[in-house]
Amino acid sequence: MNQINKNPGLSRRSFLVTTAMATSALSAPSVLAENRPRVVVVGGGAGGATVARYVAKDSGGAVDVTLVEPTRAYYSCFFSNLFIGGFRDYASIGHSYGDLAANHGINVVHDWAVSVDRDGRSVGLAGGGSLAYDRLVLSPGIDFRSGSVPGWDLSAQNRMPHAYKAGSQTQLLRAQIEAMPEGGVYCMVAPPNPFRCPPGPYERISMVAHVLKQTNPTAKILIVDPKEKFSKQGLFEDGWQRHYSGMIERIGPDFGGDSVEVRPEAMEVVIDGEVTKVDVCNVIPAQQAGRIAAIAEITNDAGWAPVVPHTMQSRADENIHVLGDASQQGDMPKSGFSANSQAKVCAMAVRGALTDSKVFPARFSNTCWSLIGTDDGVKVGASYEATDEKIAKTDGFISQTGESAEVRKATYEESIGWYEAISADMFS
Amino acid sequence: MTVPSTVSANRLTSHRAIVWPRLRSAGLAACAFCVGIGFLTAGIPANLTTASARTADAERGRALYDQCKRCHQVGSGARHRIGPQLNDLFGRPAGSLDDYRYSRAMRAAGSGGLVWTETALDAFLQDPAGVVPKSRMSFGGLAERDDRADLLAWLRGFSGDRSGLPPAEPTFTPEEFGIDPRVLEIRGDPEYGAYLAGECTTCHHATGTDQGIPSISGWPADDFVIAMHAYKLGKRVHPVMQLVAGRLSDEEIAALAAHFFSTDDEP
Ligand SMILES: Cc1cc2nc3c(=O)[nH]c(=O)nc-3n(C[C@H](O)[C@H](O)[C@H](O)COP(=O)(O)OP(=O)(O)OC[C@H]3O[C@@H](n4cnc5c(N)ncnc54)[C@H](O)[C@@H]3O)c2cc1C
Ligand code: HEC
Ligand code: HEC
Repeated sequence: MNQINKNPGLSRRSFLVTTAMATSALSAPSVLAENRPRVVVVGGGAGGATVARYVAKDSGGAVDVTLVEPTRAYYSCFFSNLFIGGFRDYASIGHSYGDLAANHGINVVHDWAVSVDRDGRSVGLAGGGSLAYDRLVLSPGIDFRSGSVPGWDLSAQNRMPHAYKAGSQTQLLRAQIEAMPEGGVYCMVAPPNPFRCPPGPYERISMVAHVLKQTNPTAKILIVDPKEKFSKQGLFEDGWQRHYSGMIERIGPDFGGDSVEVRPEAMEVVIDGEVTKVDVCNVIPAQQAGRIAAIAEITNDAGWAPVVPHTMQSRADENIHVLGDASQQGDMPKSGFSANSQAKVCAMAVRGALTDSKVFPARFSNTCWSLIGTDDGVKVGASYEATDEKIAKTDGFISQTGESAEVRKATYEESIGWYEAISADMFS
Repeated sequence: MTVPSTVSANRLTSHRAIVWPRLRSAGLAACAFCVGIGFLTAGIPANLTTASARTADAERGRALYDQCKRCHQVGSGARHRIGPQLNDLFGRPAGSLDDYRYSRAMRAAGSGGLVWTETALDAFLQDPAGVVPKSRMSFGGLAERDDRADLLAWLRGFSGDRSGLPPAEPTFTPEEFGIDPRVLEIRGDPEYGAYLAGECTTCHHATGTDQGIPSISGWPADDFVIAMHAYKLGKRVHPVMQLVAGRLSDEEIAALAAHFFSTDDEP
């Protein structure tokens, strides 16, 4: 078994650790708390909640962990499409932070991080005040690139929702779909690569079709897509043919899918100069790392934060780690599963640096399930390893067209087990 | 997997029942028991499978028990494996054996008054997750009433008088999957196992409940190692688990086994 031993240099951090260890045997916990190494995590989503939980849990209280997250309840994007399709209720995709505080002693601060002082190693909060850190972990998810869909900006999100950060946007999109006139048109403006959850838009199409087929069977679904190809394309197209024949039309780049403008006031979509009137317009713009990564000045020109695969440390600052969608790491898709996987590697590296816990070789994995129709689940997955250059894919699998109904149902049931397990792995 | 249509049609009546015969058993190389059940059920005249006042057939129950065998032992010398040993089952409260680590759910069911009578067992085997939600027994259920009656008739022979019981049969053996038995000798490092387990708990619920993905908490190390090598060698077929096990070394599998054996109900 390979073990990378941490560098036992006499940095300030290891001094802090030594002190903490020395006092722990002798004095009261309150004194100990003062001297513990401090980890601040920004973003309580898939990556952030996991890393906070694993550092706190596995260090047994030796590390002081603070989680900064503005919302009181995290609504997961994963399974939000199933809510739109009527397979889950809204409450079932919501998670609170109470257990992280109660079970693992994590300080949960409900606020926005608005600045990062890299030299002074502290994070500024919108509500005033700041948090000092020995290691900072950023897992802020995504923000949208302004101007990527002409005519759309955040002020239009109530007329033309993205529903690509879950919560009220997801509820709004579902309500708009339910309110569509008979025979109306739902249009999705799909994002260019790279974006969170590569099969996400197409799973959403399946769920929208599933709802409309029952409630509004003459309605039409239009996908305006700047991409030549998309994730699990063969599986989705096969499923659409079987379940929703004649309902879904996709306009790829060859027919103007890469040249689209929207008019939120008029509810119009202009594709390659041609105006189409629609009833629901789900605009999923181009994406970049959550803003705080750019504020910390650790992003590249494309707007993502490059990281060292072995530890998820920022290439620009070794005291900052970046997880999940915001990171530029290599071959892993931007998914909740990936963020959770990266968080465990990061937690191990952070503990190794701040305490004397063992550090093992990094390894990652991902599986993304998608639901196409009732009991018709598919999946794609891969394993990855850290190379110096990137997180590199080593092996993978994907569901096949023509699988039996039993296999597809089993795949869907697995995804339910996965959702329960990963939610517990993040928030319990 | 070839299961006669009558069987699969009946299984559709129970939501959970479908879970078992599909991949879990289809994934086993020989799929000995699913074919076996299909064959046996198919061989029974229709009037017998539907009649309620038939005599339970313990011999048939013995064959049905093949589905339990990978997790349970019964007979002389039976030990706890993935599940508790099933001697003297009839009349004992659920979750009551001192030396087996039950899930919280099973212990609570027992202290709440669940006793393994014929009726209670019949209900439990029909829908394990319905009778004891969040139990750690990853088994979809037996939809056919006669199957349950026959299986219970056979199991009853192991309750009460303990003399002359046939010896307990082993759960999985390495030979069944062509696994080198020496892998069972490797002592794993639980600390390394705890790190590697981070990958597993994304899908396998840390508390060990089965909500679509089976429980692997508290398994005896041998069973665990055999299951993992079976996936690694492609003798159990499942794309996710073959991928997961495929990149684990023998030492890493042993480390995971050591970790999961020591994991209990709660975080
Ligand atoms: C429709 C859809 C379906 C999906 N389906 C799946 C799926 O089936 N499986 C899967 O694995 N993935 C799925 N995903 C992808 C998954 O949701 C993301 O990849 C995952 O959430 C990324 O985790 P993260 O930690 O990077 O970001 P997030 O989970 O988005 O968390 C970021 C958190 O940071 C907070 N935050 C941001 N900025 C700040 C700040 N300045 N200060 C404090 N807090 C801040 C936010 O409030 C948020 O809670 C789906 C996504 C979508 C949109
Ligand atoms: C995948 C492994 C597995 C299979 C297959 C399985 N069981 Fe179990 N069984 C378990 C586990 C694990 C428990 C303990 C559950 C708990 O603690 O929640 C258990 C518990 C039980 C109990 C309760 C025992 C007690 O002491 O309270 C009975 C009865 C039982 N099983 C019968 C069966 C029968 C009969 C079959 C075959 C039809 C079967 N099981 C198949 C794993 C399995
Ligand atoms: C992406 C989800 C996923 C991950 C990650 C995963 N598993 Fe599994 N595992 C499954 C599924 C689904 C099954 C059921 C497979 C089948 O039907 O054969 C399973 C089955 C198993 C079984 C056999 C259970 C039984 O009842 O026979 C074992 C043992 C196991 N996994 C161990 C592990 C270990 C150890 C890891 C981590 C190194 C792991 N799994 C990671 C999804 C996963």
